[in-house]
Amino acid sequence: MRTDKTRWRALLAALAAMALTLGIVACGSDSDSSSTGSEEGSSSGSAIQSNPDNEKVTLTIGSKNFPEQEILGEIYAQALTAAGYKVKSALNLGSETVALKAVKTGQISGYPEYASTALTSFFGLEPEEVPADATEAWEKANQEFEKEDLQAFEPTPFASANAVGTTTETAKKYGLKTISDLEGVSEKLSLYGSPECRQRIDCLAGLEKLYGLKFKSFNPVDIGLRYTVLEKGQADLSILFTTDPQLSAEKDKYVILEDDKEVFPAGNVIFVTKKSVAEEAGPDFEKTILQVQEGLDLKVVQELDARVEIEKETPKQAATAYLESAGYIE
Amino acid sequence: MTAALPLASFTGAFEFIFTPQDSNVTGGKKVGGFDKSLELLVKHLEVTLLALAIALVIALPLGLYLGHRGKGEQFAIGLGNAGRAIPELAVIALVAVLIGVGLANVAPVLAILGIPPILTNAYVGVRQVDRSTVDAARGMGMSEMAIIRKVELPIAVPTVMGGIRSGAIAILATATIAPLAGVETLGDFILNRNVYGENGLLAGAILVALLALTIEGLLALLQRRLTSDGLKLKTV
Repeated sequence: MRTDKTRWRALLAALAAMALTLGIVACGSDSDSSSTGSEEGSSSGSAIQSNPDNEKVTLTIGSKNFPEQEILGEIYAQALTAAGYKVKSALNLGSETVALKAVKTGQISGYPEYASTALTSFFGLEPEEVPADATEAWEKANQEFEKEDLQAFEPTPFASANAVGTTTETAKKYGLKTISDLEGVSEKLSLYGSPECRQRIDCLAGLEKLYGLKFKSFNPVDIGLRYTVLEKGQADLSILFTTDPQLSAEKDKYVILEDDKEVFPAGNVIFVTKKSVAEEAGPDFEKTILQVQEGLDLKVVQELDARVEIEKETPKQAATAYLESAGYIE
Repeated sequence: MTAALPLASFTGAFEFIFTPQDSNVTGGKKVGGFDKSLELLVKHLEVTLLALAIALVIALPLGLYLGHRGKGEQFAIGLGNAGRAIPELAVIALVAVLIGVGLANVAPVLAILGIPPILTNAYVGVRQVDRSTVDAARGMGMSEMAIIRKVELPIAVPTVMGGIRSGAIAILATATIAPLAGVETLGDFILNRNVYGENGLLAGAILVALLALTIEGLLALLQRRLTSDGLKLKTV
């Protein structure tokens, strides 16, 4: 008995040590700041020119803590470095509330936000009031931001939005191209989405109200399972995101249905900063950001997301690859 | 942040439980209210009881048997402790890939939480029964099965029930993550702050806490009924 107990104690101690180590490893995996990028811009086409005036300005670029945001943050950070700024990054902000607070208090110089999120989460708009047009949504958000001495730069070409997705087989079987095509067949199909989807007007509630659809069932699942349920054949339809890497990496397998009645508000990305920060940083700040986001259409962003989420590159590597292939940096 | 969410208040949470409230993401449809709360509460209870039943069927006989034989201490207590370290959220995601989402996923995963305390307490409860009592029973010609049923289990009731009580509470509290795997429990109010607001979150927490207290109270009553008079503390 006694030896048993001692052995057990040793095992327990070993387990505790393991648990501790795991905890430490998990805590240590924050992304580090970036400082790569070419110093001297060469004069090839659209390459970013380094401006010596910018050297005395230090900028901190933030982002929320999921792959797409981190990639965007890296792209902006590396581009601004190429433009001659001293750049630090903080690409691990938990939510839009935290990120906005960090901008206001000056902890970060700015971060990329989805226009739809800004309008609904910061300014209390109903999702159905969010303009479908990207420029309109940006202007509306910018008006509100200006009241708080903030500023939002023009939107990216790509929009991130919810979408109704399905397998190519199901789409073929029922002849589905748009969400309206679901009329008459939706009663036979099950829809899976995040738990909050059921009540949201920019999700199930909107599909029911604007399209008049009724589904066989709605089943709440964790967002991380949105492709699993389709793959396992449990879900006929699943709420996906338009920027999902699976949509480009496995385009023979999954399709999204066109949102012909615009239930899902456009979430083009706008860079949010403080007016005073933008003034201090000079004209290259806005110019550089707008320049590098020009190439960010839906396909490019899906591929960048795929590099990180499927091929396991770091957001930093993906961002560098994008900037180099587009010729912004060498 | 002109439209920051109002801070939660107990008044607000109770209003949420009894009358449907406005939400700014539902396009005018009201959320919460008594019917919805009751519906989620019943589902929550259903999932909890199912998971507890699975845990009991597996852990109780095993714990009693091992305790009776006096074997497998490392197994009974080791498994018990290791089981507590399993992150349920990760298991739910893992099981979702294997067998999909829904009650068939959630109930067994939650049962994993109930097994450790039930197994360990059943083992310890039986183990601590005075050996001379067991020997006396054996000397009277009782079969091993009869010894477990008529001697060891009745004496171990307080410890065994203690395990079942903590298992039940662990399952009930963790059932709040079930909406992430296709089963809408009271966790729906807690997980979807964007829809229900802070009051909804607090309402969910209050309902789960009340449910836990009720279950705990009922099991304590049951324990008292099951404990033989000779083992009860005499209150003069």
